[in-house]
Amino acid sequence: MLEQILSRYPQDRTSLVMILQDLQSEFGYLPQDALEEISTRLEISRAQVYSVATFYNVLSLKPRGRHLIRVCMGTACHVRQGSLILAAAERELGIKDGETSADGEFTLQSVGCVGACAIGPVVEVDEEHFGHMNVQKMSRLIRKIKKRAASDTTSAGEERS
Amino acid sequence: MIGRITDAAALENLRAEAIVDHPERRRSVTVCGGTGCQAAGCAEVGEALRAELAAQGLTDTVKLVVTGCNGFCEQGPIVVVRPDDVFYPKVKVADVKEIVGTTVAGGEIIERLLYRNPVDGELIAHEQQIPFYGEQTRRIFGQNGYIDPVNLTDYLAIDGYAAMSKALLDMKPDEVIEEVVASGLRGRGGGGFLAGRKWRSCRAAAGEHKYVICNADEGDPGAFMDRSLLEGNPHGIIEGLIIGAWAIGADEGFVYVRHEYPLAVKRLEEALEQARAAGLLGDDILGSGFSFDIRISRGGGAFVCGESTALMASLEGQAGEPRAKYVHTVEQGLFDRPTTLNNVETWANVPPIILGGAAEYASIGSEGSKGTKIFSLVGQINNTGLVEVPMGITLREIVYGVGGGIPGGRKFKAVQTGGPSGGCIPEGMLGLEVDFQKLTEVGSMMGSGGMIVMDETTCMVDVARYFIAFLKEESCGKCVPCREGLKTALDILTRITEGRGVLEDIDLLLEIGDWMSASSLCALGGSAANPVASTIRYFRDEYEAHIVERRCPAGACRELITYSIDPEICNGCHACVKACPEACITGETRHVHNLDADSCIKCGACLSACRHHAISRK
Repeated sequence: MLEQILSRYPQDRTSLVMILQDLQSEFGYLPQDALEEISTRLEISRAQVYSVATFYNVLSLKPRGRHLIRVCMGTACHVRQGSLILAAAERELGIKDGETSADGEFTLQSVGCVGACAIGPVVEVDEEHFGHMNVQKMSRLIRKIKKRAASDTTSAGEERS
Repeated sequence: MIGRITDAAALENLRAEAIVDHPERRRSVTVCGGTGCQAAGCAEVGEALRAELAAQGLTDTVKLVVTGCNGFCEQGPIVVVRPDDVFYPKVKVADVKEIVGTTVAGGEIIERLLYRNPVDGELIAHEQQIPFYGEQTRRIFGQNGYIDPVNLTDYLAIDGYAAMSKALLDMKPDEVIEEVVASGLRGRGGGGFLAGRKWRSCRAAAGEHKYVICNADEGDPGAFMDRSLLEGNPHGIIEGLIIGAWAIGADEGFVYVRHEYPLAVKRLEEALEQARAAGLLGDDILGSGFSFDIRISRGGGAFVCGESTALMASLEGQAGEPRAKYVHTVEQGLFDRPTTLNNVETWANVPPIILGGAAEYASIGSEGSKGTKIFSLVGQINNTGLVEVPMGITLREIVYGVGGGIPGGRKFKAVQTGGPSGGCIPEGMLGLEVDFQKLTEVGSMMGSGGMIVMDETTCMVDVARYFIAFLKEESCGKCVPCREGLKTALDILTRITEGRGVLEDIDLLLEIGDWMSASSLCALGGSAANPVASTIRYFRDEYEAHIVERRCPAGACRELITYSIDPEICNGCHACVKACPEACITGETRHVHNLDADSCIKCGACLSACRHHAISRK
């Protein structure tokens, strides 16, 4: 997989951010051995690869959950009580902003602004936007995703057996 | 896909064919496909329309167009039946059959689906009669509602690539630059620097390879016009970049887009492919001898990368940290080569300047700020969305004319412009004519055009704290004044909002702000004090109420408020009891409920559950 990603770009440092982004979307995080390989191939020191890998919000050294829930903290969402929505998500998932649930199902992230300000407060689940949120709708949305995730696992299990 | 266009005559022939099916005059049904409308379910509505048009045998005579953002996101999904421009907001799949049968085929208006003006309750049938649209001057953004963003033919029909053809074949690079200088176009990304002057310096700079960059790292919270321009009319940005590249002598261009904007990336990729296939990008464009191409680079989710030198560092594959600008980027920018960077909206303004001429362009606007500006009018306002208005329009006209005022009969408090580098402007200044100069004079700034309306339920201390918290997160940490100043300011603002402040804190905040403005490396730290300074300047009484009375007048700061149930209104419906995660609301069904303030965690669940507005937060 790493080979495939590397082959998409010129083999020099200008490609570093793009390569790391592709790696992130493929694996959900940046595995250490892949970072070492990139350092060798692009002839960039490991320290520099690490510096880039830890600078950008989209990149993560730790595995992220199967579902990424992002709560918008933009100004328009903030004045419409966006922080209460984040708190509701934290309560419902039992994790804090930036954390991943123990079962690896969810990662919760607050984000500066998703650029859908007119329909705020906004929540983004795996790139799908949900507008005009309130505390109750947030709790309901997470319960719905949890339920769907649970039934997915059972049906996958049934298929295997 | 359109094949290679080799010269101006071929381009004009194609245009003549395209105009026959002109987007504004053809029979069509447009569905807004912007991000806001997608969240409201426009994809399903679009599919239903396609099926229904087919079922009623209209596919050959009526074109279904999924457009980019129309700007009126609050009302999505938006469907407009053209060319009569009958406007239907908040359309559901169930409405589609009737829309196609009655309006598209029958030419009749369906009253129950019309837009209702929130100000006077009047029903409005046609797009341009809606104050939100009618009060605007949509010079850059207007075509978004008609055209298919990734159909080159549509773009050609609305004069697409005519400005490029004129620049490359009929004008010398210096003439292009002088036209842009004469237009008075100023950068729409924040700084407001004269674009033409930047181009002139870059052209004069020594170097064989030069670059143009489109900054689409729109990170200002509360602003999304660049997203909508890229999603709704990507060819307009490409054309602007080609003209700029010709003017300064660049052979390569970059568009640096936020990764949060996947749809913008996709549309831009498609448009670039079409432009390349048509020979509008690549070698020897239109036989002019000029060669140029554009690459897309996705940002990594760092606000500071909107700063030009940080953005260039990021393009070079480094952490996006700004550098001091002893040497200007027009001389040594990307890879130390002369580089012209403008933001999306600035580039989108270039084709109209070249095509219509500088004089016509400058006929709109105020003395030092020409043309129009797209604002993202959001927050506590009736009509939220993107609005394009002439520079020099008053704040009042925007908030009450286009925006329709404050919902729920609440009172206007302030409007925040300029993103985290801007400030809050109070009610007494609603007469302010909005342009670069005037906004700076009152302690705010134009920024990229976020305009967040706040009403009496917004706490100004909390707003200042919000921006400082945002900037503290996004500060790259390279220079001390920004890194440490923001951290300290946040500590102080936090303790004020929690009722632990002292009066000396106000002056201390101002002093920290002065130091940050004077000594930070880039504009992030340099302007970070604005939200604090402007709220202290205009809303000092709110700071003092938090400090002296331990009270939040707006009822927003969590530590200082309590929730309660109004026994006069509560009908005992039990909705809040079910919603409360802490079980601190009790009461029998159909009897007034009781809220135990001591165990309340102030999560707001009851407030959003109560349909009778019986719960208050004070």
